[in-house]
Amino acid sequence: MAKMSGADAVLKALEHEGVDVIFGIPGGASMPIYDPLVDRSPIRHILCRHEQGAGHAAEGYAWATGKVGVCMATSGPGATNLVTPIADAKMDSVPIVAITGQVPTPVVGNDAFQEADITGITMPITKHNFLVKDPADIAETVREAFHIASTGRPGPVLIDLPKDVLINQVDYKYPEHIKLPGYKPNTKGNQRQVTEAVKLMMKARKPVLYVGGGVIKAEAHKELFQLATDGNLPVVTTLMARGAFPDSHELCLGMPGMHGNYTAVTAMQQSDLLVALGSRFDDRVTGKLAGFAPHAKIVHVDIDPAEIGKNRAVDVPIVGDCRDVIGKMHAELTKRQEEAGGAPDRTPWLHQLKAWQEEFPYKYDQQPDGALKPQYCVERLRDHADEDTIVVSGVGQHQMYASQFWHFEHPRKWINSGGLGTMGFAVPAAMGAKVGQPDTRVVAIDGDGCFQMTAQELATSNTEKIPFVTAILNNGYLGMVRQWQELFFDERYSGVWLDPNVPDYVKLAEAYGAVGLRVESPDEVDATIEKAYSITDRSVVIDFRVDPTEMVFPMVPSGASNDDIIVGPEAIQPTNDPAEAPIV
Amino acid sequence: MNGYGALHTISVLVEDRPGVLTRVAGLFAARGFNIDSLAVGPTETEGLSRMTIVVNVDVKPLEQVTKQLNKLVNVIKILEHEQGSAVERELMLAKIRAQGDARARIMEICEVFRVNIVDVTATTLTVEATGKPEKLEALRELLSEYGVVELARTGRIALARGERGIKERALKSTG
Repeated sequence: MAKMSGADAVLKALEHEGVDVIFGIPGGASMPIYDPLVDRSPIRHILCRHEQGAGHAAEGYAWATGKVGVCMATSGPGATNLVTPIADAKMDSVPIVAITGQVPTPVVGNDAFQEADITGITMPITKHNFLVKDPADIAETVREAFHIASTGRPGPVLIDLPKDVLINQVDYKYPEHIKLPGYKPNTKGNQRQVTEAVKLMMKARKPVLYVGGGVIKAEAHKELFQLATDGNLPVVTTLMARGAFPDSHELCLGMPGMHGNYTAVTAMQQSDLLVALGSRFDDRVTGKLAGFAPHAKIVHVDIDPAEIGKNRAVDVPIVGDCRDVIGKMHAELTKRQEEAGGAPDRTPWLHQLKAWQEEFPYKYDQQPDGALKPQYCVERLRDHADEDTIVVSGVGQHQMYASQFWHFEHPRKWINSGGLGTMGFAVPAAMGAKVGQPDTRVVAIDGDGCFQMTAQELATSNTEKIPFVTAILNNGYLGMVRQWQELFFDERYSGVWLDPNVPDYVKLAEAYGAVGLRVESPDEVDATIEKAYSITDRSVVIDFRVDPTEMVFPMVPSGASNDDIIVGPEAIQPTNDPAEAPIV
Repeated sequence: MNGYGALHTISVLVEDRPGVLTRVAGLFAARGFNIDSLAVGPTETEGLSRMTIVVNVDVKPLEQVTKQLNKLVNVIKILEHEQGSAVERELMLAKIRAQGDARARIMEICEVFRVNIVDVTATTLTVEATGKPEKLEALRELLSEYGVVELARTGRIALARGERGIKERALKSTG
């Protein structure tokens, strides 16, 4: 046992958990933690420019590495600025630990300077949180926090540390055991249920594997590949699972959902068996729930029992870790296929899928001398990059273009804000991803609206030497809202025009110490991307001036059934009927 | 009062930690469920508390709320009591206007219900009643015609019938 301050104990415990980097901003209450960072701790602190940026950076780090990301803020406003990234991490099951300073215990509850009840505020948006009142509890709390954040269904955990707890002396001892009697994630899938699922798979003529983010979190992509290819089972990868199965494989149908491609959406609609693997029947995927995949039997595999049966009744529920369950499924399926002399004949189904893919690909029209199309920019960014590149996006049209047009071959190469839909996610998350994977190129594909919400982290990236490329698809609008106003609000545009010239993104980039580049016509695209990719000593921002009238298709209007998918602008039938108006 | 058809009684064994009541109550609120009553107190084991929650909800959403409760790190065990499978009790204190003839009639009612009068003033009687929620409801209705000055109820507590305790039932699993 060693005598040390609570602050030293916090850093020691973080070290024990394998933490090598913290994204944070100091303040009055958290200052004691910053003193050991000078020379008593090997942990790197990256000073962000806004706590929201620190939180998203921790998320990006976690997405890119699979490890727990750590962010830190002081009490009060520092802590409340972490609320958005914490909520984001909860919705997308991202393992992060947020450390916050708190006013000293004698004044907690007194409305002291920079006091906020952050454990109360974050209770519904964390997987769990702690208020530490005794420095003797620090080591145990940190160990429990990392265990909770990284096991079961991952998620954010917050540790609130009053200043006196950080200052007081404590005998530091790393706890041998974790005492969490109420926390025992069930990771092993029930073999009998697996057998039932495989029986359905052997009978299915039109099966689809509906793959979600859980497959990536469970590192189950190899098992998934074996299951899909040996079973000849088509795969859709949700927005959270892009890269869990290679886009180049003929069994890969790509992204389903509101802006998914026709084949992925329709395959699910017409399937006779959906095997949901670490996915949660989110409304963006199912469309109108009552009309979703009406003929399909459902196998649902998830580590979180509360997800199973939450939205859609399930025929075979399996609680467990995707890697374990998919591995067992593969073994059982292989055995049964051998007994049966091969996989069931699904030639008509696979032919049908192929025909749809040929008839309804993602499409756009880039004229050589016409307005610059955002999809074209994404395709060129893709083709100049290697398949190892990590792509990060914000939320909106650019996010959908990126997911649709990039080809993901590996997991952890696509990072975005799915469940919460947090604008401003891209720049700080890209920075965090680059810290986690310093030898990999990181490209943030962002919108001009999103970019302005968190652009200040470019200062962090250049000061801390964390270079990445940000491609702004600048259409001068909050494009997705504009698209909805065009389609569903009778082209009455309200509160969506941003002005593509303000700020001047090239000058802004330069002001932050980054390189600023601008592309105004299709013929400038390739040379500019090549130049951007050749710069590796600092961040680069490319201002792509894209066509503001371009819209994301296909589209299943909110509240509509997936059968009513609209493949292109020519098929739009505007409605003023409030009963048919989109909800969200 | 809510219709009894949709009322469910659940026992929740929790770690006795600061904030655990807020976590449980907050979860009900966040998921849009109304708590009819909630009683909490210590158990036979130090460090563990037991909550008895009566919630007004259909069976399907109840399953969801139970699963969500299970995910709370401080929740050890949840048991849903099916109709008639548990001994359920509640305590009520009621201060009733009791002047003139009413006094004797109230005391008569108390005798029939086998409940105690625990405080007497010149104008009121305070009644302490324990029993099944249905009994307390019947008593409250009878007493209400004399005028209720104030009334407090603990909310119900419940133990499953039979030999086994809540901890001996199948272990919960969480995500």
